[in-house]
Amino acid sequence: MSYRGRFKIWRGDAKGGALQEFVVEVNEGEVVLDIIHRLQATQAPDLAVRWNCKAGKCGSCSAEINGRPRLMCMTRMSVFDESETVTVTPMRTFPVVRDLVTDVSFNYTKAREIPSFVPPPQLGPGEYRMQQEDVGRSQEFRKCIECFLCQNVCHVVRDHEENKTAFAGPRFLMRIAELDMHPLDAAEETGLDRKSTAQDEHGLGYCNITKCCTEVCPEHIKITDNALIPLKERAADRKYDPLVWLGSMIRRRRTD
Amino acid sequence: MGTLDTTQTPGTATGVRTPGRASIPDRHLRTDRWWLAPAVTVAVLTAFVIYSTWRAFANSDYYAAPYVSPFYSPCLATNCVPMPAGADVQVFGPWWGISPALLVLIFPLGFRLTCYYYRKAYYRGFWAAPPACAVAEPHPKYSGETRFPLILQNIHRYFFYFAVIFAVILSYDAALGFRNAAGQWGHMGLGTLVLLGNIALIWLYTLSCHSCRHVVGGRLKNFSRHPVRYRMWTWVGKLNERHMALAWASLVSVALADFYVYLVASGTFHDPHLF
Repeated sequence: MSYRGRFKIWRGDAKGGALQEFVVEVNEGEVVLDIIHRLQATQAPDLAVRWNCKAGKCGSCSAEINGRPRLMCMTRMSVFDESETVTVTPMRTFPVVRDLVTDVSFNYTKAREIPSFVPPPQLGPGEYRMQQEDVGRSQEFRKCIECFLCQNVCHVVRDHEENKTAFAGPRFLMRIAELDMHPLDAAEETGLDRKSTAQDEHGLGYCNITKCCTEVCPEHIKITDNALIPLKERAADRKYDPLVWLGSMIRRRRTD
Repeated sequence: MGTLDTTQTPGTATGVRTPGRASIPDRHLRTDRWWLAPAVTVAVLTAFVIYSTWRAFANSDYYAAPYVSPFYSPCLATNCVPMPAGADVQVFGPWWGISPALLVLIFPLGFRLTCYYYRKAYYRGFWAAPPACAVAEPHPKYSGETRFPLILQNIHRYFFYFAVIFAVILSYDAALGFRNAAGQWGHMGLGTLVLLGNIALIWLYTLSCHSCRHVVGGRLKNFSRHPVRYRMWTWVGKLNERHMALAWASLVSVALADFYVYLVASGTFHDPHLF
């Protein structure tokens, strides 16, 4: 069943732009990205859009649809009423390049700031052995497709450009949590305390756990409950809990 | 095809209107009822605060043998009404002239105030930081929980420890509900069911706490070396998934339990005896 759907698409670049109205054919089973492609093919051949897999796995087609951060390829047209005007804009936290394409290099800068996995000195390549229950938590975070919708929706940087320097964002705080929970990460033996640095260097304290990152995650990772809050608790162990501190002083309490 | 808006020129604004970002003048473009959840949060929490403030300062109608209101237990002052075998420990002498509820409510209040779920609820509802996802907040500056006073949210685990103690005391109160007004065991009234329902929800809410999840096992790096703690962590994790629902359910149940005791103690309602 086809119908003529009404759309508002943001077009422009860093100098300026506006929402433009289009009427495009919509067919049964299509997603928003299909409509954008039809628009390119029929009415706006110079419309810029970043996309790749069309299967919700590459994280390229992140945008805001009716004001909600979503993947265009995973947003079915059937969720909208046929009479509804669907608005598509680029992500509003990052600088726009053109039309629906944004410059997400902020995220790559933040990724480089996170210290990598530290290999255990006593084990060589191929000698890593881990129990499933020890890696289960980290594996959830490895589902991340780096669409940066969580980075985009987080109000700490979305509404406060000045916080971009101090705040790594939910995706990369989750990366710290992943490494801190990794059974073989030897960062602590080298003097790197991921718990404290999450707070001191990567801005964990800015997070006020309002869970928008979790709401928009297309991989349904429980970012707040399983990564950010546990990381806050681990930081509290180090920085705000005198009993844990005392225990670590008295009997060298370990977190193994 | 037609242009709806004149071309926006980036200005000197901040947030979503920061120069270089897509120039869209609207704070948000959401078309759903995003305001409903924060509005309901504000309404329910405000109602609870008004009700509990009234009851905490009332200093009356909080004990109707064998039931005690959860707002007044434990009762720590000499001006408490006598509660045979109840949790009234007279730590504070006659100099404490106001409601004894004020001595203890700080602990459950602190537990809920620093709770990771309630933080989300009131940051969104009352402080609009943010009011909803992808809806711009109105504040020009934001430092989150990095500074005083919000950095104190990090002491949530201590309130959790106190919450466990309070849950034990309220369990004892609920057990006392299996007596009749004369103190004889083996009886039960509607009030017993009310107190039992309340303490069940209080326990579920307390044990589903994120700090509890951390303490029982979340802080560990290798679960395989601690199978018992790993099992406990998975149980608490299952409860933790329902932390929001349990937070609301236990908030309502504690108010209802108090209101039931108020109705019985004030003579407005006669507690039906089941056996």
